[in-house]
Amino acid sequence: CVDQLLEVSYVLSQGCSLHPFSLFGSVLLTCPTAGLASMVASSRSYADFTPEKVDLHRLEEGPPLTATLTREEGLKYYRTMQTIRRMELKADQLYKQKIIRGFCHLYDGQEACAVGIEGGITLSDHLITAYRAHGYTLTRGGTVREIMAELTGRRGGIAKGKGGSMHMYTKNFYGGNGIVGAQVPLGAGVALACKYLGNDQLCVSLYGDGAANQGQIFETYNMSSLWKLPIIFICENNQYGMGTSVERSSASTEYYKRGDYIPGLRVDGMDVLCVREATKFAADHCRSGKGPILMELQTYRYHGHSMSDPGVSYRTREEIQEVRSKSDPISMLKDRMLSNNMASIEELKEIDIAVRKEIEDAAQFATTDPEPPLDDLCSHIFANDQPFEVRGATPWTKLTSTS
Amino acid sequence: MVSPVSCCQTAGGCCPTASWYLWTDSDSCSDWTGSFSRTSRSSHSEDRSKMASLGCFLRSGNNAVSVVLRREFSKTPPAAVQVNVRDALNQAMDEELERDERVFLLGEEVAQYDGAYKVSRGLWKKYGDKRIIDTPITEMGFAGIAVGAAFAGLRPICEFMTWNFSMQAIDQVINSAAKTYYMSAGAQPVPIVFRGPNGSSAGVAAQHSQCFAAWYGHCPGLKVVSPWNSEDARGLLKAAIRDDNPVVFLENELMYGVPFDLSEDVLQKDFVVPIGKAKVERRGTHITLVSHSRCVGFCLDAASVLAKEGVECEVVNLRTIRPLDVDTIEASVMKTGHLVTVEGGWPQYGVGAEICARVMEGPAFNYLDAPAVRVTGVDIPMPYAKILEDHSVPQIKDIIFSVKKVLNM
Repeated sequence: CVDQLLEVSYVLSQGCSLHPFSLFGSVLLTCPTAGLASMVASSRSYADFTPEKVDLHRLEEGPPLTATLTREEGLKYYRTMQTIRRMELKADQLYKQKIIRGFCHLYDGQEACAVGIEGGITLSDHLITAYRAHGYTLTRGGTVREIMAELTGRRGGIAKGKGGSMHMYTKNFYGGNGIVGAQVPLGAGVALACKYLGNDQLCVSLYGDGAANQGQIFETYNMSSLWKLPIIFICENNQYGMGTSVERSSASTEYYKRGDYIPGLRVDGMDVLCVREATKFAADHCRSGKGPILMELQTYRYHGHSMSDPGVSYRTREEIQEVRSKSDPISMLKDRMLSNNMASIEELKEIDIAVRKEIEDAAQFATTDPEPPLDDLCSHIFANDQPFEVRGATPWTKLTSTS
Repeated sequence: MVSPVSCCQTAGGCCPTASWYLWTDSDSCSDWTGSFSRTSRSSHSEDRSKMASLGCFLRSGNNAVSVVLRREFSKTPPAAVQVNVRDALNQAMDEELERDERVFLLGEEVAQYDGAYKVSRGLWKKYGDKRIIDTPITEMGFAGIAVGAAFAGLRPICEFMTWNFSMQAIDQVINSAAKTYYMSAGAQPVPIVFRGPNGSSAGVAAQHSQCFAAWYGHCPGLKVVSPWNSEDARGLLKAAIRDDNPVVFLENELMYGVPFDLSEDVLQKDFVVPIGKAKVERRGTHITLVSHSRCVGFCLDAASVLAKEGVECEVVNLRTIRPLDVDTIEASVMKTGHLVTVEGGWPQYGVGAEICARVMEGPAFNYLDAPAVRVTGVDIPMPYAKILEDHSVPQIKDIIFSVKKVLNM
């Protein structure tokens, strides 16, 4: 067995004088034993003079720099990330065919965040995010079929076609929220309920670099800290809030420090293990009653902000290509598993084929399932209520609402 | 046998029946109500005023009262109790907090200060920090937190110190609370009550005097209620807290201190006023006055004056802004043939405008002998000087004037 020290660096500065940033990292690999491999989670630091660990704010120590990845976990993470990737690309296709309409914010590139976070919590914990939510809907228990059918606005959609891309819900997953930043206080409310009910659960409340400047988020930091709510704030920093880079929107781009009195950490959001270990660390912090903690995940989206945004007017194609070739979360995991003999290339190919089929079937369903019935137009206004009359477009159009 | 004081604490307020001191373990006074006859509401017996003052003692937790009561009650029949709107709200919250552990109250000064307007007096002392929560002055944040708590299965009461401040948080009320059940196709109910004083007060000027009935009444997914008297306040707040949907509860600061008689029935713990049902406060034949909140009182006063001139007004207390009880309004208009709406809010796109439009579009139109008109607040930001303020809100003389115009008198 040979210890290998692998140094990975990537520089994104070509043609982007406004926002150069470079990351250096190292991955220490040890020999695998049958079916099990131990490895040091890759750690990336923001500049080359900092020690090779996670960036910490008001924390004596951070998550462990070693993580154990079992073969089973590796395959699971690989499959889930690949599913999200393919699902988002299929959504891109369907949108261009005008089968999906309105808003569609795609998550490809950021898969390691959703999958890593879920690896650090359980399904009995709670999670809320903003509008780039398809990946989370999946990791929180939704199926590709119902997600895609929701995007195409069919009755088999996860919200029966009533919500659309930004309003998908599952158990302990509160969407999908369209108003930037509003989901953060909502998440703190869920955390308050966890504390109130004494169920040892926590709430993960996600927001982006664009939302990070919202006043209500600072209001939430204050109340969460004051009342020691079991909430993990997570800033998915993908470098751009729509078309505005972080340097142009934020006086401080160190989002993990923005919580001020709230301890924070910043990790590589392209590395599923980094994300997982950081989340576990944060979850322990919360569950021990210490109150909130803030995580910044440095990540990247390949698509533009939404399907209406080509995504190349504020960043170069070279930059996107660079990230794709050097930091793709799925490739990184794949390379790790292959080089540690945790899986064979055929095995992973089989997973790819299975995922492709799942997506195709889901797309087939999503394009053939009928739209919701007109009877559903006025339903779901009020819960647990008697049916009542709803005024239609004219005074003679009397519609009925059922719960 | 339960001692009177502890019994009263259990009831969370004053119990009207004379025999509560005979209670056993059951905390319901319904067992005993049959044995006493009711006093008429208009009786001004000495007993009633004693009950009222004793009621005040009880609410302040004065133990000395218990001995007095034991002696008094063996002789006097039960009477309707005088309860002001503030105490009606307080008792309703107390009872609902006791009934369901998931109910809690949050807002500015609701706990240790006993409420900016003392509506939550005594609740923090009784229920503690977990259930009565003082928030920082961050409406958008704490309204969002309240909605999130409702998502996760609690039943929050979110107080806005006045509804003017709700504008800071209106996104959470509309986009996070009102629309979620629909967007999730029924997967995510939002059992929350937003409450606080609404509309004009006295001398608080423009930024603190707006009426939000029309703003919130506009939005599907919300229930919007606007109580007038203590019975409304008590019953509607209980209904709102028990409702699994977001309810906007518009109180009125100037009504908080006004006492009203509450009968035994109303003081029962399970007394609720159904949301969406208006009440005819006064029967009449010549004209229908439709109003909500404090203006209902003005309508009744105007009706008394007009009665002397032979005009009998029917006064409809909306109680609920959304859903609007069009049936009750239409039935009344079909009887009287004339309609005047009265509200404190601004005229444009307001509650009165909606009522008139609905009447136009429905069967009652054919029964109108004159166009329906609206009496409203003046279409200006609220001025400060008393003489100006007095002329910015609808007065009884405006109602009388409008009635006479509509009746062509």
